[in-house]
Amino acid sequence: MTVFADQVYLLARRSVVRTVRQPANVIAPLLFPLLLLAVNSGGLKAETRLPGFPTSSFVAFALAVPFIQGALFATMNAGTDLARDIQTGFLSRLSLTPMRRLAVLAGQLGGVVALGLVQAVVYLSAGLIVGVHVAAGLLGILVLLAFAVLVALGFGALGAFAALQTGSGEAVQGLFPAFFVFLFLSSMNIPRNLIEITWFRDVATANPVSYLLECVRSLIITGWDGEALALGFGIAAAITVISLALASWALRVRMAR
Amino acid sequence: MKTLAVARAVAWRTLHNVFTNPSLLIPSLIFPLFFFTAFAGGLSRVRDVPGFDFAQGYTAFQFVFVLLQSAAFGGVFTGFGIARDFESGFARRLLLAAPHRSGIVLGYGLAALARWLVTAAILTGVAFAVGMKVGGGGVDLYGLYALALILNVAALLWACGVAMRFRTMQAGPVMQMPVFLVLFFAPVYVPLSLLEGWIHTVAVVNPLTRVVEAGRGFLAGTPTEVGPAFGAAVALAVGFLLWAQRGLRKAEAAG
Repeated sequence: MTVFADQVYLLARRSVVRTVRQPANVIAPLLFPLLLLAVNSGGLKAETRLPGFPTSSFVAFALAVPFIQGALFATMNAGTDLARDIQTGFLSRLSLTPMRRLAVLAGQLGGVVALGLVQAVVYLSAGLIVGVHVAAGLLGILVLLAFAVLVALGFGALGAFAALQTGSGEAVQGLFPAFFVFLFLSSMNIPRNLIEITWFRDVATANPVSYLLECVRSLIITGWDGEALALGFGIAAAITVISLALASWALRVRMAR
Repeated sequence: MKTLAVARAVAWRTLHNVFTNPSLLIPSLIFPLFFFTAFAGGLSRVRDVPGFDFAQGYTAFQFVFVLLQSAAFGGVFTGFGIARDFESGFARRLLLAAPHRSGIVLGYGLAALARWLVTAAILTGVAFAVGMKVGGGGVDLYGLYALALILNVAALLWACGVAMRFRTMQAGPVMQMPVFLVLFFAPVYVPLSLLEGWIHTVAVVNPLTRVVEAGRGFLAGTPTEVGPAFGAAVALAVGFLLWAQRGLRKAEAAG
């Protein structure tokens, strides 16, 4: 167990240091979602006047979006870093050592999870500074951070799977638009019950990203909503388990080559 | 004449690259359609906000923004190609071979224009297919597309200036982010009168606000702020022409 922990620690430290040493990998995931939050919460403030809108603060409603958008960046970062390790031969050299596969994966995802946590703290702080009140209180904030870590891990593992399958950083980057489609075709900008176009509402209802957003939103706006939390954490956990299984399988295949 | 020959060759090569490479072509076609779907479809209830008075409906309201956005990003995407040409060394060989180097910028500009016209045709077709209502007549619509065209040229010249200064694909965010911000600091989701607070202040001084509002006026058949809109668009294009030309000089000096 100690050996395994050492292996994870070494690779996680490398992953964190590598992430921190690339300012673009840190600044873009922090800045871009906050810019979009500023733009949307200013432009769509009038939406709060619609009957049935759950809050009078659009910032509070939209604050959930950076959490999920940040996770998308985590996917790209994890995938691109791992793809670079494949392209430079680092992973091949690692396969010659007694390093366990699980340790390789856990270590690689360490930097992503750390960045995910930092992102969540920054987004939340930005929200609190502009006057957002978290209805679920201090415990809710802790739950929110735990959720952010789980989502970053799940999406990070998905990025790792893509990298291991393709071995190409460009191919991983190419996934970004696809993830963006999931984000935009969700309840990102308007509650699902207020979406008027039927097919769009159906797509948003079938889209798991809607439930991830609504989980964060429930803690900020409603307080403790068991259904929203169960759906959000359930979907995030499912994404994480499936992504980790796929990434683990892809790593086995990749290291056997 | 030599300038035109260079421009034609650069434009043909750029268009050939774009239209034979799905990874370059598809994003520039899909993204505007996607934004149109997400905004016009997902946010259609915004038309029920008290004070929203665009008679042609929310689909038409958003069509104008997405059309202008597609024009701007068509220029930026072509700028990515210029940066790629510098990274691969092609642009340096082009600088050596071209007798009149201003033809290079002109060629990229023509390519950006042709590329956007395809996007605009598809976007317009989809908008009409989903029942977009148009209040304006032929002349009004020409006004809307003319504004978009000038915006396409301005964005290309901006991206071209950046690409020729940095000469690397890593400059992509520098080309893209300011365009994205300037577009989204205009009245995207609701008319200017419904914006409040800091975003209203920013939108009032944002030159693209005039362009977006005039575009919506053209589509509604009630032209508004036409002079300021064309003035702002042309001023941007002229300003970025100087920016691109100086970028070309810097690229020449870098060798």
